Amino acid sequence: MFSLLFAPPNFVDDLLLKLFSQETVNFVVWPFIQIGAVITLIAVWALYASYLERKISAFMQARLGPMRVGKWGLLQPIADAVKLLTKEDLMPERADPYIFRFAPYIAVAATFLTFSVVPFAPNWGVITDVNIGLLLVLAVSSVGVLALILAGWSSNSKYALLGGLRSSAQMVSYEVSMGLSLVGALMFARTLSLSGIVGAQASDSVWFFLYQPLAFAIFFVSGIAENNRAPFDLPEAESELVAGFHTEYSGMRWSLFFMAEYAAMVVVAGVATTVFLGGWYFPGVLRLAGGYNNLYVFLSLFVFVVKCAVLLYLYFWFRWTFPRYRYDQLMDLGWKWLIPASLLNIVWTGLTVFTVQALDGWNNIKTIESLKGAPNLARGLNLTATGKGVAIALGWAGLLVAALFLAAVNWRSRDFNLKKQRRQVRLVDVPKGKPAVATTAATGEG
Amino acid sequence: MLSALLLQAGMSLTTARTPAGVGGPVSGYWPVMVFFAVAVVFPVLPVVLGRFVRPNLYGEAKMRPYECGIDPTTEAHDRFTVRFYIVAMLFLVFDVETIFLLPWAIIFMGDDFSFTKFALLEMFFFIGILVVGYYYAWRKGALEWA
Repeated sequence: MFSLLFAPPNFVDDLLLKLFSQETVNFVVWPFIQIGAVITLIAVWALYASYLERKISAFMQARLGPMRVGKWGLLQPIADAVKLLTKEDLMPERADPYIFRFAPYIAVAATFLTFSVVPFAPNWGVITDVNIGLLLVLAVSSVGVLALILAGWSSNSKYALLGGLRSSAQMVSYEVSMGLSLVGALMFARTLSLSGIVGAQASDSVWFFLYQPLAFAIFFVSGIAENNRAPFDLPEAESELVAGFHTEYSGMRWSLFFMAEYAAMVVVAGVATTVFLGGWYFPGVLRLAGGYNNLYVFLSLFVFVVKCAVLLYLYFWFRWTFPRYRYDQLMDLGWKWLIPASLLNIVWTGLTVFTVQALDGWNNIKTIESLKGAPNLARGLNLTATGKGVAIALGWAGLLVAALFLAAVNWRSRDFNLKKQRRQVRLVDVPKGKPAVATTAATGEG
Repeated sequence: MLSALLLQAGMSLTTARTPAGVGGPVSGYWPVMVFFAVAVVFPVLPVVLGRFVRPNLYGEAKMRPYECGIDPTTEAHDRFTVRFYIVAMLFLVFDVETIFLLPWAIIFMGDDFSFTKFALLEMFFFIGILVVGYYYAWRKGALEWA
C-alpha cells in the first residue's frame, strides 16, 4: 500500500488496459473516476462552504456561529441539506413553468462543466487537457449568466426580474475585464491549455503573478463581481431586492443556485491559481517527493488546494471588510476603471516583452537565453535571471503606471457630460458664494 | 526576495497523461462531454428524487409572487430601463474584441522572440481603434449609469 505512493502515476493503467482498450481507458474510464471524485468534492465544498461562511463571519464578529448540530456545529450543513430536500418546491402563479424549472440546472451544469479542464495536479489530476482550455472556461462560465436572467424573467416577480437584470448586467460588464486581464498572462504562457500554462510557469519557476500583478488584481476583482459576492452582491442586495433573482425559488431548486454560486467561487479561485499562482506547481515539491511518482501528484494536489483555499478565504474576508457598492459605482468600476486598466496592462506587457528583447545584447546585458536546442512548446520563456528580473520589475511598475493613468483618465473625464449640461443649464442671477436655486427661465416662475 | 525563492527550483515539466498517438484535438473533448452529462444529471437527480419526500400542497396565497405581503397588482414583465440594453451592446463589442486578442497573445512572443516588433505595432493599431470607440462611447455617456 505504502509503495503505491512511490509507484509511477500511471500504475492503474496496466490493470485497466487488461480490461479496456487504450482509448476507452483514456477517454472514458479514467474520466469517470476523476469526474466522480471532482463532483463529490465540489458537492461537499458547496455543503460546507455555507458552514465556513457562517463560522468565518461569526469569528470576525466575535461570535461562535452554528454550534448546535454536532460537535462545533459540524453537522449543520447536513441538517440544512435534509431540510432543503424535504421543502416544498413552489412555483409562483403565472410564472413560465419550463424556464422556471430549467434555470437552476443551467446554473449548476454550466459551473460544474468548467471543472473539466482545470488541472488539479499533474498526470491523473488532469481530467482532460484541451488545447483551448482557458477559452472553454470563459465560454462555459458565461453561460451561467443565462441561468440568472432566465430565473429572474420567468419568476413573474418584480424583485426577481430586477435582480436578474442587475446581475446579468453586472456579470456581463465584468466578464470583459476578466477576459482582457488574462491576455497579459497568456502572452507569457503562449498557450491556452491550462496544463500548458502551469507548465510554462513550472519550467521557469516564476509564477505569472510576479510578471502580472495588475492582471491578477483585475482578474480577482472581476471574479468576485462575476460570482455576485460581497462587495458586489448587488443582485442579492437583501435590503433592497429581497433575494434578487432567486426570490421565488424554494427547496432544492433554490439550493441549486446556492450550490452553483459556491462552485463558481472555486472556478474563479482555481483559474486564478492556475494562471497566476502557478497552479499545482511549487518549487521543491518534486525533490521532496523523490521523483515523478504518486506522492508527487498528491503533494501537487495539496499545493493546488492550499492556493485555492487562500483565495477562497479572501472571498469571505472581503465580505466583512468592504461595504457594498452602489450600482452606479459598480458599473463605473467595471467600465471606467477595470477595462482601461486591463487594456493598459496588455500594452504594458507588450512593451515589457519588447524591452526585455531590446535589452538583450546591449551593454553586455543578457536577457534571453540561447535558443539553440530548446525543446518545443510548453516550456519556459528562455529568459535569463536578468531578463526575469527586468520583466518582474516592469510588471510591478505597471501597477503604479496604471494607478496614475486611471486617475488621470477618470479625473479628466469626470465632467464629460456635466460640460454639456452646464451649457444647457444657465444659472442666472446667482450671487457669488451662495447656493444656486433652481429656476425655470422659460416660464418665469420662482 | 520572493523571486529569488522561486528561482531556485527543479525543472518539472509534465504533460497530461495522454500517451503518444492518442488524444487528438477532438477526442480530447470526450471527457468534457462525459462531464457535461454528469453535470446535468447531478442537479436533476435530487430534484426528481425529492418529489417522493417533499410535500406538495396547493395553496392560493402560497402561489402569489412575493411582494412584501401585498398582493401584486400588475404583471412583473414590465418595461425597464434602456441602460441594460446599452450595457449588453457594449459587452458584445468588447467581448468579441477579447476573442481577437487571445490568439494574438499566444503568438506574440513566438518561439524565439522573432515576431515581437510587428506584433507590437499591430496590437497598438488594434487597441488604438478600440480606444477611439471606447472614448466615443464614454463621451456620449454610454458608460454613465446615473
